[in-house]
Amino acid sequence: MSDVASDAPVLETYGISKRFGGVHALERVNFTLRAGEVVALAGDNGAGKSTFTKIISGVFQPSEGEIRYRGRRVSFDGPQAARTQGIETIYQDLALADNLDIGGNVFLGRELKTKFLFLPRIDRRRMREEAAKAIAVLDVHLDRLDRPVRALSGGQRQAVAIGRAIHWDARVLIMDEPTAALGVPEQRKVMDLIRSLKTKGIGVIFISHNLADMFAVSDRIVVLRRGVVAGERMVGDADPEEIVRLMVGQ
Amino acid sequence: MASATIDKPARWRGTLGVLASARAWIFLFVLLVVFELWSQIAYGTTFVFSAFNLRSVSVFAVAPVLLGLGQTLVIISGGIDLSVGFTMGLAAVIAAQVANDVGASAGVGVGLVAGIVAALAATLIPGWVNGLLIARLRVPPFIGTLGMYGVARGAAYLFANGTTVPVNNPWLTFLGNGRILGVPVVVIIALIVVLLVHYLLSETLFGQYTYAIGGNRQATLRAGVNVRRVTILLYMLSALTAGVDGILYTGRFAAGAPQAGEPLLLDSIAAVVIGGASLFGGSGTVMGTIIGALIIAVIQYGLVFLDVEPFWQFIAVGLVIIVSVLVDQSQKRLGGGRQDE
Repeated sequence: MSDVASDAPVLETYGISKRFGGVHALERVNFTLRAGEVVALAGDNGAGKSTFTKIISGVFQPSEGEIRYRGRRVSFDGPQAARTQGIETIYQDLALADNLDIGGNVFLGRELKTKFLFLPRIDRRRMREEAAKAIAVLDVHLDRLDRPVRALSGGQRQAVAIGRAIHWDARVLIMDEPTAALGVPEQRKVMDLIRSLKTKGIGVIFISHNLADMFAVSDRIVVLRRGVVAGERMVGDADPEEIVRLMVGQ
Repeated sequence: MASATIDKPARWRGTLGVLASARAWIFLFVLLVVFELWSQIAYGTTFVFSAFNLRSVSVFAVAPVLLGLGQTLVIISGGIDLSVGFTMGLAAVIAAQVANDVGASAGVGVGLVAGIVAALAATLIPGWVNGLLIARLRVPPFIGTLGMYGVARGAAYLFANGTTVPVNNPWLTFLGNGRILGVPVVVIIALIVVLLVHYLLSETLFGQYTYAIGGNRQATLRAGVNVRRVTILLYMLSALTAGVDGILYTGRFAAGAPQAGEPLLLDSIAAVVIGGASLFGGSGTVMGTIIGALIIAVIQYGLVFLDVEPFWQFIAVGLVIIVSVLVDQSQKRLGGGRQDE
């Protein structure tokens, strides 16, 4: 699948370290993500996966090291800064407002407006149509757009969250356990979503505890252990046991 | 593929869902039918088809509607405002006192305007403090506004020297008792406020963010919405509608009373809940609250009309609250919503 990925890295980190007081959460992590590539981050609890993704997405500042995004050195002073540049995190709780429809969610904070006579009003119809287009790109189609997203299935809700990111031009998507808490058919749907992100040239960082999922969807697996990169394998050359050995350090 | 996902039970649930969301309307309808039959059988007279009764009920409903409007906004955002009753009382005594004092030297018209402006401005203070406590200092809304309930109550009584302030401004009493083309002025003013709040809630970014905050505050923050500002404005608006209510009360009874809104606090919350809002936030409509307030007004006025002991009002309103929440729960169990994990 790596033929889909271009050679130009969309995101690179060099020597990223992070310390919390005396605790070394990350030590000199070098990492590369190409456009259209899916990289799985593997590692036990406390290996530093979440600290690392929080640094990329602007939640934490690194103690040392640099981040290069689309060829330029960047530093984000908050998650909002990373998001406006195109690095989006899909949170486990999905960050959807369950009571709003898909238009309200995709456009939350960036609503489209129109006018009725002289009064400004929210353009719900256009927001719905645009949102439907955004998730149609992921090959997800809903029969009714006016219902709150609470009424959607887990996979459809993922699609709304991902659709929102793509609609706002995300180049890097960080997905934290996107298949946790989903039934098997819905998990498959999410894996399909990730594959369709590849074809759109979006780089995906995929965090999962599920080795089968990692092997099914990613091009490369980066294993973190106690804050350092313990190993890195192309999916074609790796077997699950080897990844587990890297994770536990034997 | 979408059509394949709709099976028969889902459709059946859909119909039930529509029925349940219309429950407030159904309640109101049943109530009117019962009172009409009762009135015809017991007294041989109509209850519903009397202009006097309709006018009385609508005037009766104004106070809980206005208080309920602000409460609706706050409850949709996932909060609650327990201070509205005494914010209303504070506005009532300030409107009366200022209209009297300024009116004595500057004339009736100026006195009226001064009274209104002073009362509304005064309500913005407790509203703003509520908002700050809840949005900035993250005090739970129940506690923050309970504190303000006490503060506003004390302030209102202190301002009125512990009694009521009689009004000698005829324009102010006209606001409370006058009619334009047969329609009570209080009802006209309430309708204007209703339209404003409805527009705000259903068509503006402010309204959209109110729902979003109630649905998922964290998600709304992450989307870059200024949640603090919206929350502070919500509590200020809630105080403001209570202020309008207080002014109209003073006009209607020709006296500003610190306890004007005391019995109305629970009515305002009841109206919102009967109208279909969830106290967990995220849902509710202006129309629902109006129907909820009308139900309460019909019960209160209707039982007096039918010469029932007034204490039955409390029982009747209480039962309606319980039944409407039960219907809401069963709708959630049967309807498309997700279950608790």
